[in-house]
Amino acid sequence: MHQIIDETLGINLLHANQAGADHNRAHFDEWGITCLNVMSSPGAGKTVLLEKTLAALTDTLKIAVIEGDMTTELDADRLRQYNVPVVAINTGRACHLDARMVAGGLHTLSQAHTPTDLDLVIVENVGNLVCPAEFEVGEHAKVALLSITGGEGKPLRYPVMFRGADVLVITKVDLAPYLDVDLSRIEANVREINPQVTIIAVSAQTGAGLETWFDWVRAAVKPSQLAAAH
Amino acid sequence: MHETDMTKALMITLREWWESQPTRPPVERVFLTVGQFTCVEPASLQFAFEVQTRNTFLANAQLVIQETPLIAFCHGCQLEYRPEFGLRYACPTCQAPMDDIRSGRELKIDRVEYATASTPP
Repeated sequence: MHQIIDETLGINLLHANQAGADHNRAHFDEWGITCLNVMSSPGAGKTVLLEKTLAALTDTLKIAVIEGDMTTELDADRLRQYNVPVVAINTGRACHLDARMVAGGLHTLSQAHTPTDLDLVIVENVGNLVCPAEFEVGEHAKVALLSITGGEGKPLRYPVMFRGADVLVITKVDLAPYLDVDLSRIEANVREINPQVTIIAVSAQTGAGLETWFDWVRAAVKPSQLAAAH
Repeated sequence: MHETDMTKALMITLREWWESQPTRPPVERVFLTVGQFTCVEPASLQFAFEVQTRNTFLANAQLVIQETPLIAFCHGCQLEYRPEFGLRYACPTCQAPMDDIRSGRELKIDRVEYATASTPP
């Protein structure tokens, strides 16, 4: 004999991850750290953009990187050349970083560095336009990259990622003359999904647009920290 | 692969609830609402759930997924409309970009059905 009980839960499927993300964010806030979650498809140029960012900003900001990679530490090694703390998280078969993995990364980071000395933690997510969009890690802002080689329709086909982005960095714009792609069309497609997004077009190769991106990063770092850094 | 992680997240959330129950009842059905404007494919989730819950506290649980469509609201026209997923998201009447999403972002565990031993009257 048994009776069926129907219990209304009404909780988000990602409740556990969201709680973890909020927990991470509380730590970042307590330590006065701004956290950016950088996401894109594989090969859009996340790592090279980070290289340029570290080269340009480590004079004025104390930056650490949490690097998600499915199998290797190759990207992490590229970033270590800039003398910043880099924690590599091998996600194995998981196709995104989640809040728990980033918490582990923060733990590793705090063993070697006093977190209150840091201004900015950049999380480089696993190259994937689908899953990372749903898993917050505790970031203050989401940065999505879109390479112009991916074509104009990509924002329409992966709308969840581009809807959630606070800033969209369009990369490899130096290749525009060789491709049948209209930069303004990409921008229009993204704005159709996310009218508030900040769009910055860059080329890591020529340096075009990078200053605008650096300015955005500086502005994203909490003002009190910038004041303290000067 | 993606739905594998979603199932893992779902199981963690359900386990938290289940462990907070004094009787830890056998779960029979789990009802989800999955919006169209999320990264979850219901069929893949269904399959992943079946495989991953084997030999767990959810082993005998059935997953029931209700899908909700993407519905946006245009402030200019004061009208709801259904964007064409993958193609067009702007308001079909005035071409304003998709601003408010009224439906389609849901990823929710609505309810859980479980059996409890009861003494006959």
